[in-house]
Amino acid sequence: MANVTGVVPTPAKNAGDVRSRAARLIKPGGTRGGRRRSLTPYLFLVIPVGLLVLLTYVPVANMFFYSITDWDGLDKTKNVIGFDNYVSVFTEPDNLRVFVVSLYYFAGSFVQMALALYFATLLSFKVRFKNLWKGFLFFPYLINGVAIGLIFLNFVKPGGGLDSTLMALGLDSLVKQWTGDPDVINYTLAGVSVWRYMGLNFVMFLGAIQSVPRDIYEAADLDGATRWHQFRHIILPSIRPIVGLSFILAISGSLSVFEIPYIMTGGANGSETFVIRTVRMAFVNNKVGLASAMAVVLLIIVLLVTWLQRRLVPDEEVDIV
Amino acid sequence: MRSIRRRRAVLGTTALLSVTALLTACGGSDDDATSQDSASAGTPSGSITVLTWRTDLVKDGTFDKYVTAFKAKYPDVKDVKVEGITDYEGEVKTRMSTDDYGDVLAIVGSVKPQQFQQFFEPLGDTAEMSKTYRWLNDKSYEGKAYGIPVVGNVQGIVYNKKVFEQAGITEFPTTPDAFIADLQAIKDKVPGTDPLYTNYKDSWPVSAWEYYRGIPSADPDYVNEMTTWDAPWADGHDHEVIDGLLFDVASKKLIEADPTTTNWEQSKQLLGTGKIGTMLLGSWAIPQMQAAAVAAGNSADDIGYMPFPAQKDGKFHATAGGDYNLAINIHSDNKVTARAWIDWFNNDSGYSESQVGLSPLIDGAVPAALKDFTDQAELITPNPAPAGKESLFSDIDTASGIILTDAGYRKKIIDDARSGKRTKQQVFDDLNKAWAKGRAEAGS
Repeated sequence: MANVTGVVPTPAKNAGDVRSRAARLIKPGGTRGGRRRSLTPYLFLVIPVGLLVLLTYVPVANMFFYSITDWDGLDKTKNVIGFDNYVSVFTEPDNLRVFVVSLYYFAGSFVQMALALYFATLLSFKVRFKNLWKGFLFFPYLINGVAIGLIFLNFVKPGGGLDSTLMALGLDSLVKQWTGDPDVINYTLAGVSVWRYMGLNFVMFLGAIQSVPRDIYEAADLDGATRWHQFRHIILPSIRPIVGLSFILAISGSLSVFEIPYIMTGGANGSETFVIRTVRMAFVNNKVGLASAMAVVLLIIVLLVTWLQRRLVPDEEVDIV
Repeated sequence: MRSIRRRRAVLGTTALLSVTALLTACGGSDDDATSQDSASAGTPSGSITVLTWRTDLVKDGTFDKYVTAFKAKYPDVKDVKVEGITDYEGEVKTRMSTDDYGDVLAIVGSVKPQQFQQFFEPLGDTAEMSKTYRWLNDKSYEGKAYGIPVVGNVQGIVYNKKVFEQAGITEFPTTPDAFIADLQAIKDKVPGTDPLYTNYKDSWPVSAWEYYRGIPSADPDYVNEMTTWDAPWADGHDHEVIDGLLFDVASKKLIEADPTTTNWEQSKQLLGTGKIGTMLLGSWAIPQMQAAAVAAGNSADDIGYMPFPAQKDGKFHATAGGDYNLAINIHSDNKVTARAWIDWFNNDSGYSESQVGLSPLIDGAVPAALKDFTDQAELITPNPAPAGKESLFSDIDTASGIILTDAGYRKKIIDDARSGKRTKQQVFDDLNKAWAKGRAEAGS
């Protein structure tokens, strides 16, 4: 609470003699000590803020500048061409098609939230080996995205783990070219994405559910509420803000999908996402200007969605009683 | 719940900022490159840094031998530091926005001719140097040569001779249709073998199809003429022939069943063991395929190399051109030694012979493995762009958004052919439209 400002640590809040001793120590310094004290927080801030400006705000400002130029990423001169790049982001059909791909991931995120909510609710009740299951469910989120891409690349390739499993179960008819078939590929990739990020949602939901005081459940039990009633009338209302947050993350997440499809297919066969296209524009097509404009557009879309969500679903005080 | 509300906005934007930082991290300094005195005078001494894309040769010690031999010839040279770079194109392009990109490096593909003088030291007059070296035109601008190729490649098709025998093919196909018929014969008679392997997943083998341009028409000026057409994917032009072949083999299912899961390293072994019939790659691939065949217990003689299936006036043709070109960093402070390294590498290192390629020297020898091929096919060396139009082709290419040298558009052709969602004509119409738009924008 108090120590955030980084002044004098006063660990014993209640011990009056300690406090007065501290006051006595400072007193002889008079105004000089006071000035030093008022400077201290800023000195502490210089390094983190400096790094933030250097590594985030300056590059972003640069990006805004590049987005109005025709820079190819190499040339010493950059010609300002106004908003032409922004126009082509929204007029070239190939640039718009990638938004359709995002819909698969957006739909996938609902599956992901439903699953996460299901498991979180289940594990908030008394279950044997509770922590083990929690570990299993959260584990995929801890794996590096590149590793996941490679794992699933081998899993879904023809004759790979998925096909063998299906055949062992006698479901030969379900065997498909999971990434080779243009009608299936985006479901496959969205499925991998769900597998990876479900754990994060699960932990967020579980944390929110566990913050509900236990006596409310006991009271509900006494009143004869079933598990479904408890979910519907206790759990769901108390985790509404977290569900709202997940929703926002789902939208921005499905627009900025990158590493899984990039590793697994490189955006080929109709699986190109907005960010893959941005990266390709910058580093393959040598249109850094256009790519920067695409990045700015993505930034604006996400800010807009966040703002809209906060307008439409205002935070209410949680009241479950 | 206040804290959650605040975090929500922050989370959304930080995810984005990290993406944008990725894009902007490559911005560079805008300082002007000042040309210093020429690299021809003086004795090589001191130390230099050499950037190379051949990480395999750095690892197996070949470059150590080169450095030892170089230092034996020039005893004043203290050290040659060789940096092998895996993602050569991407990483060197980024480094080129600083001054620190080695003393000797290979010119990356994305540098346009008119940008050479910003980054590289001119090596001499192209006309004068052409008496000694071949294929200088690629990396020349306004009569000055900025790079010398390390090895020359010819463009043809690498194939497994045993597979062709089993399918009863005795002669090289002379038209794309005959080639498709041969592939069909392989599919029918040699079960379990993919007639043609695109290496789709790795992308760059697909982009190699571009280098057949100029072969069907046997026209050294093909690229220059292409800048004057609005529809290169029509009228039997090379791009229609090459990409038509690609579309046909994909739609007739003569390629690997699932292109999205191919594997380059594995494909070499598959070709060596006859599980793959053909791959469309430059002659540089021959030694690698032979090595893989031997490693798999077969003979290096199983690997053959044939011309692209198109003839003009009853003769096969093949384009020959330089591989990567070595150049000198304009900011280098040891240009004399850098130049000595380039000359030594081309004349004395034995690199081109070891790569089963043509020597960049005009009087260099033809390696044994290519002898059959060069006997059958006439070599074409593409002509340079006319003065003042050096960058026109790449300008149109960039403006059209097609990017001929990138695999992207050819992978889309394969996608469309496999799914049958669009016909060959629709694909070509779109490409022609994009090219025409590129021409209009690039102001030709």
